[in-house]
Amino acid sequence: MVKKIENVGCPFCGVCCDDLVVTVSDDGKKILEVENACVIGSTVFHRAMSERHTLPRLRQPDGTYKEISYDEAIDYAAKVFHNAKKPLIYGFGSTNCEGMAAAAKVAEKAGAVIDNCASICHGSSFLAIFDNGYPSCTLGEVKNRADVIVYWGANPAHAHPRHMSRYSIFPRGFFTGKGHTGRKIVVIDPRHTDTAQMADIHLQVKQGHDYDLFDAFRTVARGHDIPAEVAGVKREDIIEVVDIMKKARFGTIFYGMGLCHSDGRNHNVDIAISLTRDLNDFTKWTIMAMRGHYNITGPGVVWSWQYGFPYCLDLTKRDIAHMNPGETSSVDLAMREEVDAFFNVGTDAAAHFPIEPVKRLRKHPWITVDPHPNMATEISDLHIPVGIVGVEVPGIVYRMDNVPVQYRNVIDPPEGVPSDEELFERIYERLCEL
Amino acid sequence: MSELIVKNGFVFDPLQGIKGDRMDIGIKDGKFVETSALGNPKVIDAAGKTVMAGGVDIHSHVVGPKVNVGRLFRPEDKLFKSPLKRGNRMEMGFSVPSTFKTGYDYARMGYVFVNEAAMPPLHSPHVHEEIRDTPIIDNAAMPVFGNNWFTLEYLKNNEIENNAAYTAWLLRATRGFAIKVVNPGGTEAWGWGLNCESIHDPVPYFDITPAKIVTGLIETNEHLGLPHSVHLHCNNLGNPGNYVDTLDSLKLAEGYTAKNNFGREQVLHITHIQFDSYGGDSWRTFESKAEEIMDYVNAHDNITVDIGQVTLDETTTMTADGPFEHSLRGLNNLKWVNTDVELETAAGVVPYVYSPNIRVCTIQWAVGLELALFAKDPMRTFISTDHPNAGPFFRYPRVIKWLMSREARDATMKTFKWLERTIDATSIDGIDRELTLYEIAQMTRAGPAKALGISNTYGGLVPGMDANVAIYALNPEDMPSDPEMIEKAFSQCAYLIKDGVVAVQNGEVVAEPAKRTIWVDVKVPDNAQVQRDIYEHFLRHYSVGVENYKIFDEHVHNPRAIEVDATQ
Repeated sequence: MVKKIENVGCPFCGVCCDDLVVTVSDDGKKILEVENACVIGSTVFHRAMSERHTLPRLRQPDGTYKEISYDEAIDYAAKVFHNAKKPLIYGFGSTNCEGMAAAAKVAEKAGAVIDNCASICHGSSFLAIFDNGYPSCTLGEVKNRADVIVYWGANPAHAHPRHMSRYSIFPRGFFTGKGHTGRKIVVIDPRHTDTAQMADIHLQVKQGHDYDLFDAFRTVARGHDIPAEVAGVKREDIIEVVDIMKKARFGTIFYGMGLCHSDGRNHNVDIAISLTRDLNDFTKWTIMAMRGHYNITGPGVVWSWQYGFPYCLDLTKRDIAHMNPGETSSVDLAMREEVDAFFNVGTDAAAHFPIEPVKRLRKHPWITVDPHPNMATEISDLHIPVGIVGVEVPGIVYRMDNVPVQYRNVIDPPEGVPSDEELFERIYERLCEL
Repeated sequence: MSELIVKNGFVFDPLQGIKGDRMDIGIKDGKFVETSALGNPKVIDAAGKTVMAGGVDIHSHVVGPKVNVGRLFRPEDKLFKSPLKRGNRMEMGFSVPSTFKTGYDYARMGYVFVNEAAMPPLHSPHVHEEIRDTPIIDNAAMPVFGNNWFTLEYLKNNEIENNAAYTAWLLRATRGFAIKVVNPGGTEAWGWGLNCESIHDPVPYFDITPAKIVTGLIETNEHLGLPHSVHLHCNNLGNPGNYVDTLDSLKLAEGYTAKNNFGREQVLHITHIQFDSYGGDSWRTFESKAEEIMDYVNAHDNITVDIGQVTLDETTTMTADGPFEHSLRGLNNLKWVNTDVELETAAGVVPYVYSPNIRVCTIQWAVGLELALFAKDPMRTFISTDHPNAGPFFRYPRVIKWLMSREARDATMKTFKWLERTIDATSIDGIDRELTLYEIAQMTRAGPAKALGISNTYGGLVPGMDANVAIYALNPEDMPSDPEMIEKAFSQCAYLIKDGVVAVQNGEVVAEPAKRTIWVDVKVPDNAQVQRDIYEHFLRHYSVGVENYKIFDEHVHNPRAIEVDATQ
């Protein structure tokens, strides 16, 4: 008999759908069917069984990989940590919080820098939050109350496929029984995206001029006049949207990389937060970052309770953690050649970093911890395969609204393959012996 | 197994009425025993020192989402390194310390039990993850009920039994400890950017008054017979003239008596009552009404309070009173975090500087001390700073110093810019009372333990209880003339013994005995109506499935359940 497993969390994007139904073969080894997931989420499960290594692979002098035992790999990793003056551990977008906590323990012991994908993604959002706060809410609150939704510099139709149906545009919530017919949707994006296609109003902001447009919104909201056109948007359109926002019962601004990685970066997010603050003098408004991976919110949460900083943590001083993006951020450390060992965990730095820092990191030992082969594993000195969180390994992950979601496993990892947490605990033990 | 004897200390144990007698305390296998039951114990010499049970904190924000956002969004809070020798893990943060620093600092002060003041139920896995990473101290966490849609709907219809069944379900689902109520009704109103201004101001849509929420929850609590009482953060907190609303809230408890098997006598605990004891009609006429409040509290045995003492630090305010944090943002215009949680609550976080140069802050400081000094029954009035709202918890030793020494209070008051106006607006200058070590033991361990319903395990030195002992370098027969020495002694205890293991010695963490999660497991009769309501709300209104909402056993760290049978 095949087995249906319900309430499965999806290890793809920050929407963290937890309503998947996964059918596995009666021996519990094969995933046969995935229901309710988007096409990307479903692929994560179906891809689980292919292209897997069940033993760590160590680079040989001739450039080929040779399989070694986990004990040997752990010994190798511990020694790299032990010998390095300033190792860098980076990644964690796609693993559970237990793994992040264990990796931090290793980083603290080894005197390493530990960083996560926010470093090249929503890190600028954190800088804005440090300055200006974050008036936000959980996604269920949006579903139950929101009658105006703004997507600014975000394209969930492609990046977060079920975001609109689960939380924002379409769902019928407690006070929103009419679903999408009771909501106004505003999309602000230089491109006419598939998300813009859903909007009642699409403001085509001139690329790189989001800050100007926010400034105009704030000016109008406070009752002042603006020029006939700001950032490529006509005054009437701005006034119309601000009027909708002020008359909302409950509104949410969802913003994406269009803000935090276009000109202005953290300043764009900062003024978005200021606009939200202003609007709360009239009615209820909230703002939320569209975090990418299913648990990229996790390291920011875990390392904040452990050290007080969400990313770019320099633990090399041993008794005080230090954070200063630009100085302690992965790409900058790599560019200055300040780190002498690199651990790529639950992400693919080789694919996501610019090529220069990759080349410089590659001059030193590079260890990749990932269930699957990826670009990073192919240039690593050591690849340590681990179980896939959400498929083979359970654990807690944090959704884009900081809500913890408990993930399950639907099958077991290949025999002998540990979880990230087990791996880092074993590296820690070995490190203590050295 | 291991045996210890704490010899010749001056023992203060209000649960047994021991007032500084020179005694020996026996410990075997993590429990207190009669000294006659010991074979060849290791000796800890406490001669010339004060011996108390491990401290119990009834209200402190130490773990969970709003605490953590307070850490996350304040890098400036990590500017200074802790002056103390670090424990096993790195110690970071000032007003909102990291989990590791929280555990170590509490242990250094001789505390063993800390009750997390507010757990948003949806975020309970986060709370329990942080509990796992908070070393040494045992933790409980109170889920918030006062704005929960289930609770509002049941209480509006006077369905106490249904509300009780839901409460039992939620305590289990979140591994929670007690019924926490924060700005009842007002926080739900904040979902629309509104508030409930008084306890008679009905909640939008749900059409129930805060008064009815509180009395309904008291009835629920006593119907179930939970260890702790309803734990209330009042409406209209923090505003001039709010003592009238506070008295209204206190009066809600009239006519109710405690029904439980845990030795608890109160039906209502008002937390950080300092923030609720203000007179005047504006910030300009702001004044203390501590005496009026304490007159009422002193005369009513079914109420306990903790003070929420302002410590005059730069700190981080955080509460599930969303509208209050929004108004505080308007007051100081600093950065503001808000998190509305679906169907349950809404929290806010704003940094705040309690400056000795600001009149309102120094009046607040005086109000807190007045409350403790006007208290007739220290078993019902507890020391807290509503950490980190009025100040960080590691200032308890300073609060103790102020309460034990008029000289220390005068020295602090001399630094006030608006001393005369502070004196005019309060009665602090007319109070000569200095609390004794016995009264401090009542306010910091025996009293809170009894009010929490855990005095069979914590807060005393009775054989059979958990062997938690704090030894302070203070000789009651020869108290230091310099009050600073009192603060120092309580900051870095000579010894903390937790579950029979020496965890702190001379103020330094030397071991990390296993810590626990305390929760309340209530058995109630099957209730099909409530099961159906839970199913419906999760199907339609929550954003996570009910099976993923209930915390998995594997995420609860070293649990100890307190069993309650409410099926009779």
